[in-house]
Amino acid sequence: MSTDTTPALLAVTVTPARPQKLTGAPHQVGRALGRTGAALSWLVVAIGGLAMILPFLWMLGVAFRTSSDLYADPARILPEQWTLHGISAVLSQLPFIHLVVNTFVFAGGATVLLLLFDSMTAFALARLRFRGRNVLFVLILATLMVPFQVTIIPVFLTLFHLGWLNSYQGLIIPRATSALGIFLLRQFFMQLPTELDDAAHIDGAGNFIVYWRIILPNAKPALASLFIIQFAALWNDFLWPLVVSSNINMQTLPAALTVFSSQSGVDHAALMAGAAISLTPLAIAFLLLQRYFVQGVAAAGIK
Amino acid sequence: MTTTESRPANPGRHPGLAGRPGRRPRFNSAYLFIAPSVILIAVFIAEPILQTGWMSLHDWTIGEATHKFVGLANYTALYHDSRFWNALRVTVVYTVFVSLGQVLLGLAVASRLRKTTWYSSLLRTAYFFPFIASLIVVGIIWKFLLDPQVGLVDAWLTDLGISPPNWLQSPSLALPTVIVVGIWKNAGFAMIVLLAGMQQVPAFLYEAATIDGAGAWKRFRHVTLPALRPALLFTTLIATITGLQLFDLVYAMTGGGPIFHTESVVMYLYEKGFVEFQMGYASAISWVLFVIILAISAVQLRVSRYRDVD
Repeated sequence: MSTDTTPALLAVTVTPARPQKLTGAPHQVGRALGRTGAALSWLVVAIGGLAMILPFLWMLGVAFRTSSDLYADPARILPEQWTLHGISAVLSQLPFIHLVVNTFVFAGGATVLLLLFDSMTAFALARLRFRGRNVLFVLILATLMVPFQVTIIPVFLTLFHLGWLNSYQGLIIPRATSALGIFLLRQFFMQLPTELDDAAHIDGAGNFIVYWRIILPNAKPALASLFIIQFAALWNDFLWPLVVSSNINMQTLPAALTVFSSQSGVDHAALMAGAAISLTPLAIAFLLLQRYFVQGVAAAGIK
Repeated sequence: MTTTESRPANPGRHPGLAGRPGRRPRFNSAYLFIAPSVILIAVFIAEPILQTGWMSLHDWTIGEATHKFVGLANYTALYHDSRFWNALRVTVVYTVFVSLGQVLLGLAVASRLRKTTWYSSLLRTAYFFPFIASLIVVGIIWKFLLDPQVGLVDAWLTDLGISPPNWLQSPSLALPTVIVVGIWKNAGFAMIVLLAGMQQVPAFLYEAATIDGAGAWKRFRHVTLPALRPALLFTTLIATITGLQLFDLVYAMTGGGPIFHTESVVMYLYEKGFVEFQMGYASAISWVLFVIILAISAVQLRVSRYRDVD
């Protein structure tokens, strides 16, 4: 790959020791070494990139090959003969449609409610005055530090007493708000100019109108990012659905796949087909909306 | 009464007026906006933290009629519980290596892929991709990639004439293997956050450094690194906190085995609480985890003396 527009600068981190010597070396030798170093580092990074994707290609390959083909030549990535046996096997060996629906309802329902509740709270914190506002904000920030595992036992007992175990409301309601979401949306809302609200208030609009008609439409990028990272987190969540849903018909994909994978004599094609299907919605969303994924993750990082 | 008479306008419609001194609004609609989140946080986060602490002082076994108060007995039992110490050691070793590994790898890759070209975008996508997959899917894929009979890794090693070790069944190799998978999974996260940090470094700093005769390493050391401090701190902190919560990956890859060699604290907590139903003991484990996470967050924040410039 051409490196003439990219100076040796970035080669440094991959092979830190060599470019250090370069600075003192004669010009031509230095440049040649810099080129080689840059090319080498590109090679390493490219091989690493391949290593990131290869396991997923292998998963797809196993999903579409027969068991005898896999055992005969495990060194191949792609099947010799393609078969849909894995897909049909996972549909018959697991209540797969149920699992997909459950995961969608859980991740989708909780994320929609979370966006609504978090944006309402963030709006109040960013725009309205009320008693205890600062205290509330500090308390919300404090819950950011609480690992979810600390609360899981009492929450489990609460759901048990409410009769909410193995139910959608049990899966969704406790997940329908997040301190991080409130925090990120508040930051974003504070950056929106207040002139818009003021104008609307002068026109007689109430708080709800301002929230719904002015703040939310202007916060679409932030909401989209939050939606995607939250949906992905819940779609992938394991411990929470594992604890709330013991009934296989109320389980989500990660929990059911784990149980399935630890059975002896597991059907590899069925398992990898299940894994592939469970990854597909996020993979598609990621490839189409990569910008929002990245912004969501980066926004949480930069604060 | 007087309030209603003196305030004919609906105060909820004028938030600017609602908070002014002297007039107490009849009703502030702000409370409606915060109510759902506040109730959920109170019921499902705040109260449970306290309840976990309270339960950890009891012999709280599900199915028994009474829950006897035992004081700190659960904690002293934990102190003498070698399985807990083993789980803590596993968790800390995993956390240290995965945090360091993912931040260093993320930094290396991010600095190589800093400039946006079609191939660097492609590579960024590749590196970030494992991060969007669930730990369960990743764990399952790797468990079978490393399988002695059907696994690609072992098959390739055999083709190269290397006899592959028994990655996940070997007591000495199981944890390092899980660690490598953890780094593989999370490096993309560090890369993305560090890339975002790098893109905020003004280009003139690099130009100035180059004019001053700084080589590539010096520019990286004296321009890039200092500017990345907040992003580096953030990624390390998040990596540490998520590392200490290790559960899904080991559950899918090894189930904690062989013989507890990869059992993490949260796994032990799950086992005690939701398999053996010793909720009091499990609560004590979760409080210890909580305190450790709080302490490490506080130390990391203090040591790096991180202050937002703005």
